[in-house]
Amino acid sequence: MTMDFQAIDQILDKYGYRHTDIIGILQDAQSIENYLPEDSLHYISEKMEISLTRIFDIVTFYKAFSLMPRGKYIIRVCCGTACHLGGAQQNLDQLNRLLQIKDGETTDDRTFSLETVNCLGACALAPVVAVDEDYHEAVNAGKIGKMLSNYQEEE
Amino acid sequence: MTRITDILGLEALREEILKHRSKDRTILRTCISTGCKAQKSLKVVEALKAAIKEQGLEEKVEIKKTGCHGFCEMGPIMVIEPENIFYRKVKPRDVEEILSTLNGSGGVVERLLWKDPVTKELTTYERELPLYKKQDKNVTYRSGKIDPADIEDYIASGGYSALAKALNSMKPSEVMDAVIASGLRGRGGGGFSTGVKWRICSSAPGDIKYIIANGDEGDPGAFMDRSLMEGDPHSIVEGMVITAYAIGASQGFIYVREEYPIAIEHLSLAIIKAEEYGLLGQDIMGTGFNFKVQINKGAGAFVCGEETSLMISIEGRSGTPRSRPPYPAIEGLWGKPTIINNVETLGNVPIIISKGDDAYAALGTDGSKGTKVFSLVGKVQNTGLIEVEMGTTRREIIFGIGGGIRNGKHFKAVQTGGASGGCMPIAKVDMPVDYDSLREAGAIMGSGGMIVMDETSCMVDVARYFIDFLMFESCGKCVPCREGLKQMHHIFENICEGHGEEGDIETLTGLARFMSTTSLCGLGSTAPNPVLSTIRHFRHEYESHIYDRKCRAGVCKNLFDYLIDSELCNGCGLCRVKCPEKAVAGEKKKPHIIDNSKCIKCGICFNSCKFEAILVK
Repeated sequence: MTMDFQAIDQILDKYGYRHTDIIGILQDAQSIENYLPEDSLHYISEKMEISLTRIFDIVTFYKAFSLMPRGKYIIRVCCGTACHLGGAQQNLDQLNRLLQIKDGETTDDRTFSLETVNCLGACALAPVVAVDEDYHEAVNAGKIGKMLSNYQEEE
Repeated sequence: MTRITDILGLEALREEILKHRSKDRTILRTCISTGCKAQKSLKVVEALKAAIKEQGLEEKVEIKKTGCHGFCEMGPIMVIEPENIFYRKVKPRDVEEILSTLNGSGGVVERLLWKDPVTKELTTYERELPLYKKQDKNVTYRSGKIDPADIEDYIASGGYSALAKALNSMKPSEVMDAVIASGLRGRGGGGFSTGVKWRICSSAPGDIKYIIANGDEGDPGAFMDRSLMEGDPHSIVEGMVITAYAIGASQGFIYVREEYPIAIEHLSLAIIKAEEYGLLGQDIMGTGFNFKVQINKGAGAFVCGEETSLMISIEGRSGTPRSRPPYPAIEGLWGKPTIINNVETLGNVPIIISKGDDAYAALGTDGSKGTKVFSLVGKVQNTGLIEVEMGTTRREIIFGIGGGIRNGKHFKAVQTGGASGGCMPIAKVDMPVDYDSLREAGAIMGSGGMIVMDETSCMVDVARYFIDFLMFESCGKCVPCREGLKQMHHIFENICEGHGEEGDIETLTGLARFMSTTSLCGLGSTAPNPVLSTIRHFRHEYESHIYDRKCRAGVCKNLFDYLIDSELCNGCGLCRVKCPEKAVAGEKKKPHIIDNSKCIKCGICFNSCKFEAILVK
C-alpha cells in the first residue's frame, strides 16, 4: 500500500514537528486511513527524529491507536458500568456470533470492525452501541441483527 | 466583534448584547449534547429551521442549540422560553405542531410532555419536573440554557465578570484566600483543598508555572465533566484564567478524552472566541496579563486521568504514573510547578469569585462546601445529570430526584466513585453524600458517577466487572496493581463460572489489603474498593456463588437457568421466534418450554417476554 506521505507532511507542519505533540500527530495521522500503517510510523520517526521504539511505545500503550486496517464501519460496544448492567456483554456476545469476529477484529470483507470502549458518557441511554458516529440506545441482543442489516443495506 | 481592551469594556459589551436582544421572541432551547444528539436532535433542529423559514417566523422564533439539560434519557429535549415548557422525545414530525402553538393561540403539545411513569400525571414546565425541582444548580446552571458555541450568550448571562472582578479588584493572593475560605475541594475525587493546592504551587520556586484542566473523565458510568465541557465550556476557560492569575501561570492545557468529540469541538471554539474577545491570550482585558490555553486529546488510557500519568501524556510519552511526592504543585509538567484541577472544580471558581466565598460556603456540610454534580444512571426511574448540595442523602437523590427504582423492582445497591468506588446497600442510603462520610463508609466521592442497581444486578459480577476493567487499564508499572488485579481476575472468573472454592473470599480480601497499601498510584490503591465493599455488604451473594453454585440475579451464565412459568406463559410465541438457538419450543397459545442444553443465555427471550413468564432459577 502506498502511503499518503503528503498528508502526513501537512500534519507535521501543523504541529511544527514538536516532539511533545507526538500523540496529537499520531492521532491526526491515524485519521487518514483509520489506522496507522507501519510505513507511516517509519516516516514519522525519520522526519521527526524520534526513535521508532518510542513511537511504538506510544501506539501500543494508548488504546485509540490501531496498527491493523479497520473496517468501513467501526462498531464500539460501550462497556461502561450502566451499559454493563443493562446487558453490554450479551450485546457483545451477539455481535461476536453474528459477525464471527471478536473484540478488536475486522470482518473479512472489511465492512465492520468490532471494538469495546470503556464509557461513551451516554450512560442515560444504556446500553449503548455506537456505529461510527451513530449512537444506538437501549440496545438488546435481539435488536442487533436489524441494526447491522441497516448498515449492510447501505453497501 | 469587539475586543475588550479594559475592565469596563466587558460590562459595556454585556449591555450592548442585551440591548440588541429582542424581548418578545420565543426561544426554542434544543439540546444538541451527546445524549440528545444520539437521539437525533440535530434532525429536529433542521426540521425546525426549515419550518420557521417556510412560515416566515424568523423574527419571532429563535432556535438555540444548547448543551445538556440533564434529563438525557428523555432526549431530544426542547424547552420553550419564556414559559419554559418542557418537551421530551421530540421528533422532526412534531415540529409543525409545536410551531402552531406559538402563534398566539397558546396551548401545549400534550403528548410531548413528561408523564410520571407511576401516577401518569403530565408535567408542563421545566421547573416542575421531579428530576429538576430538588436540585441546586450552580456549576451546571448555564448548561442547557445558553448556546455553548456563542461567547456572547455566556457574557450576557454574566460570564467573565468573575474574571473582571479578580483582575480589577483582587490581588492574586486574595483570589487564593477566597478559594481557601470557600472550602472548595477537588471535584475529581481526591477532595484536597483547591485553594491550599494553589497556594503551594504559587509559592513553589520557579517563574514558569502551568495549569491543567483534567477533562479525562474515564470513570465508567460518569458524564458530568462531558456535559459541563459540552454545555458551558467558557466557565472552564474562565476558571482557568482566574487560576492562572492567582498562581502566576502563563500556559494552560485542557486534557480531554478523545471519546468526547463535542466537548473538544466546543472547548476549541471557546478558546478561539475568548482570545478574539481579549479574554484569553495576550494582554487579557487590557491588564497586561497573558495566559494561553491549548487542548490535548487523550488517546484511550484510563490511567491518564491520574495526575502524574496525565502530565507524562501531555509531554508526549506513554502515560505511566510516578510516585508522589514530589507533588505536581511543586514539580509537575516538565518539572515545573503545575496545578491540575478537574474541570468541574474549575467551573466552581468563577462562582466563588462572583458570589463571594461566604455565600459559596453557605451551601454544603462542615467539611464539604458547595454543590456536586452527579450522573444518576442505572436502574433508577429518572436517569440523567443532577447537581445537589453537598450533604444531600442518597435516599433523596435516588428516591426523590431519581423517582425510585424502575419497573417496580427493588433497590439493591448504589455504586459511587467510578471504577475504584464502592457499592452501598440500602442500609447506607440515608448517609449524606460528602467527602468524609463516603470515605468512612468505604466508598469515595470519586468524580460523581452514581449507578443504581436492582435485584437483577449480581454484586459478584459487578465486582468482577470493575476488576476486569482495571486489569485492562493497569499500566503495568508496579507489581501489586499489575499482578494483584490479574490474580483477582482469575478468582472472580472461577467464582462466576461455578468453580469457586472455600477460601476465595479470604484470598480476595488479603490481596485487596495488600494492593491498597503498596500500589504506586491511585488506580492500584483504590482498585480493591469494589471488591471489599461488595464482600462487606453482599457477602451472601459470594457465598451462594461459591457454595450453592447459584447466581440468583441471573447474570453469571453458568450459575442459573431460564425457566418458563407455565401459568404465566400464554403461548404468544415471541420467545420462540426470537431465540437465536431455537431452544424454545411450544405450540401456539400453550405454555412453552426452554431446552437448557441448547440455551446460550443470551437473554433475548427474558427481555422480550411481555408477561414476565421467563424466570431465573
